Amino acid sequence: MAVTGFMLVCFISVHLLGNLSVFFGVDAINIYAEKLHSLGPVVWIFRMAILLLFAVHITFGIQLTVENSSASPEAYAIKKRLKTTFAAESMIYTGLIILVFLLYHLLHFTVHVVHTDAVSAVQTLVNGRPDVFTMIGKSFNSAFISIVYVIAMCALFLHLSHGLQSFIQTFGLNNGKTQDTVTAIGKLAAIFYGLAYIAIPLAFLFHIVKI
Amino acid sequence: MNLTLHVWRQKGPQDKGKLVTYPAKDVSSDMSFLEMLDEVNDKLIKEGKDPIAFDHDCREGICGMCSSVVNGRPHGHQEKTTVCQLHMRQFEDGADIVVEPWLAKAFPIQKDLIVDRSALDVVMQAGGYTSCHTGGVPDANSQLIPKEIADFSMDAAECIGCGACIAACPNSSAMLFTSAKVSQFAVLPQGKAEAKVRVLEMTKAMLDEGFGNCTNHYECQEACPKGINVKFIATLNREYLKSFI
Repeated sequence: MAVTGFMLVCFISVHLLGNLSVFFGVDAINIYAEKLHSLGPVVWIFRMAILLLFAVHITFGIQLTVENSSASPEAYAIKKRLKTTFAAESMIYTGLIILVFLLYHLLHFTVHVVHTDAVSAVQTLVNGRPDVFTMIGKSFNSAFISIVYVIAMCALFLHLSHGLQSFIQTFGLNNGKTQDTVTAIGKLAAIFYGLAYIAIPLAFLFHIVKI
Repeated sequence: MNLTLHVWRQKGPQDKGKLVTYPAKDVSSDMSFLEMLDEVNDKLIKEGKDPIAFDHDCREGICGMCSSVVNGRPHGHQEKTTVCQLHMRQFEDGADIVVEPWLAKAFPIQKDLIVDRSALDVVMQAGGYTSCHTGGVPDANSQLIPKEIADFSMDAAECIGCGACIAACPNSSAMLFTSAKVSQFAVLPQGKAEAKVRVLEMTKAMLDEGFGNCTNHYECQEACPKGINVKFIATLNREYLKSFI
């Protein structure tokens, strides 16, 4: 879980950097998208690798959940939560929300089969490049689409707020002195990822970034 | 003090079991929790009823035998205290107290509050030892060990193997127990010889015995009557990775 989780965090970091280019005008994200597409087979190898990572991470996550529920089949009449968090307890659920979102996200911005009115903008050329910026902007001008993305990114925030500190512990990089700091940094980083990703749909929804 | 107990009663491993309510009247606040149960049992015996079965031995908080979840917390709500050292002055007069056994697939209930914890022995047997020379007794302190290393090992060795970590863990994982046992040897020169085999064998035994996987909830550390820190889990993970190098 920790190894694939760490690699997926690397992926969402790069993905976020690319996506934040929407804040730098029409051309920024269009140039970025064009560069990505010009890589040809490399981008496909990268996509397949990411999908494989997701598949392994999800398979392990489900296996872990099944094994752990089988190790602990009975429930106490009363059980006090001592240290764990809602984020830690809901990892499988936030993970599954992210999985459903991932499929939707791919159908939306990669395969272009949902919200076709908005994504058709990518067929138009602006300064000789496919207009990815308007495709994103038109999509997020819809409150429904923005809310879906915001909910999914809240799930991502919860997943990361446990996952980030958890992989440091699993890699054995923690010790008594670093534990609290690692947990705090993990939560702060999760807040950063959550807010940064949420900022994109909200910026278009509230016309802070105009198409 | 007058209390109302809701105690898990289960005739045997195959029985379904249920919570049964008993009044505990005129309880002295100076009694330990187990002494209070003794008094309730005296009354049950006099009434010709089956007394509540519970595990105990030293009653000094060091043997790791007592094993009850009191009001949803292994060993009760007082920090770093076993249930035998939990005194009734920690409870309010008139309180309702729910007493349950450790619940985990690896700890089958034998009767009432008694569970079979021999799975922990299996984990110990798998690698919780060091080989040593026979023959003459070596001089004391012939092998110098830095104070912080000795302290680290002693902190890990404080684990009494009661199983509260497993009872508290949402996954019934024995990672804190296993990590304490691995760590107490891993940092000492005497433990280096078998370090690789130890961590692999003990981790394997832990999973084979039906304990769950650690997902870093850290409930174990809070429930531990000896305050074993989850830093030992990181040490185990480190030892595990090192074993492949």
